[in-house]
Amino acid sequence: MLLDVAIASKDYLSANGRSQRALSDLRLTLKRGEAGAVVGPSGCGKTTLLRIVAGLDRDFAGSVALPDHGRLGMVFQEPRLLPWRNVAGNIHIAAPQASRAEIEALLEALGLVGHAAHFPRQLSLGLARRAALARALAIKPDLLLLDEPLVSLDAALALELRDLLARLIDETHVTTLIVTHDLAEAIALADKIFILSPRPARVAAVLDIATPRRRMTPEAAEALTQEARAAIAVLRE
Amino acid sequence: MFSDPRHLPGPGPVALIMLEEARSGELFVNLAATLARVAASFTLAMSLGSALGYLMGRSRLADKILDPWLVVLLNLPALVVIVLAYIWAGLTEAAAIGAVALNKLPGAVVVAREGARALDPTLDEMALVFRLPLKTRLRHIVLPQLAPYLAAATRSGLSLVWKIVLIVELLGRSNGVGFKINLAFQLFDVRLLLAYALPFVAIMLGVETLVVQPLERHVSRWRSDAA
Repeated sequence: MLLDVAIASKDYLSANGRSQRALSDLRLTLKRGEAGAVVGPSGCGKTTLLRIVAGLDRDFAGSVALPDHGRLGMVFQEPRLLPWRNVAGNIHIAAPQASRAEIEALLEALGLVGHAAHFPRQLSLGLARRAALARALAIKPDLLLLDEPLVSLDAALALELRDLLARLIDETHVTTLIVTHDLAEAIALADKIFILSPRPARVAAVLDIATPRRRMTPEAAEALTQEARAAIAVLRE
Repeated sequence: MFSDPRHLPGPGPVALIMLEEARSGELFVNLAATLARVAASFTLAMSLGSALGYLMGRSRLADKILDPWLVVLLNLPALVVIVLAYIWAGLTEAAAIGAVALNKLPGAVVVAREGARALDPTLDEMALVFRLPLKTRLRHIVLPQLAPYLAAATRSGLSLVWKIVLIVELLGRSNGVGFKINLAFQLFDVRLLLAYALPFVAIMLGVETLVVQPLERHVSRWRSDAA
């Protein structure tokens, strides 16, 4: 098991000073090379979960097991590139051990070749997110964390980046944990879908996607969507 | 009273004295002595002040402990610090440079602390997740964000430091522009005073336009480079 998350509880202080439970008895695991997607409505604690896995939030009861010295690559919702460094520089600072050829290959794979010398301010959100993805992949992560990777992109761009992500996950076999509110996105990218309940969130259902992503027919995707919707509908009752 | 050339000499007599002092080598020796003191005390104050300011901006405990001292130092008259330094440490070079640095220190601390408080927490988190080593964080994440603050501190600092260096020299050194100005005061010789003050102002103007400004443009080139 590469990632084993067992959160007994995670509380936070709401604006009125009362303690609220965000996550409760949440358990999820990923094997090496698996791509998992956490799906849930906005505000259910998905990002909180991702921050706990990333080690940014240690104020919770439970455990997160990762390989010793495991490397984490993360793509935040906002790209969080260093504004004073160009794209190539941003990648190099995060991954100084990556060779020039490796960085060039990554830029090529992500369609960033013409943008290597551009500063983040000169990039559109879509390009900046690709640059952030290139940075996360450059460190050859044991676990890749993606926080709503397609959010606030226009539909065509989102679809393009989704296919690119699916291809990269397949080609690099990087273990990936994606957080999203979009079921279609989860089906397109993941081998395993964790459906979260409303607050306090726990994993209400796990869907395994047996068919390899590239060979999935629209009918198979539709069937999966129906299955997931059924699982979500049960939660609402 | 300004019609009296002893009070306000014309450019001619001042240039003449300047030339005389230059020919004897006096001018360069004293300018160099003052410049060296400015450089030493400025470097000391800026490096110590930036480090302390960064610490106070990042740690609430450090801020709580050091803030009263900062307020004391900010409000302590330069003259008090200088005289105390000379009494406690003797009329030495170290006392002179230390006293000047101590006058500039609180200003540098205040500006660096503001800069440290304004650091972007989202970039900190990114560095944490990617496990960037401390050296990389300081050089590539912290320093670029502090750069505009440090540039402001440099600008106000250089001018403050050189003014205080002159007082320190006047009170307890036997060379430097301040020492010569003291001499000019005793002789009531405004020509000599200007012959030393004007070249130094010119030098500081040169430092500003040839060193500080190009450096500032260089570190902030990513801002103007945008499409």
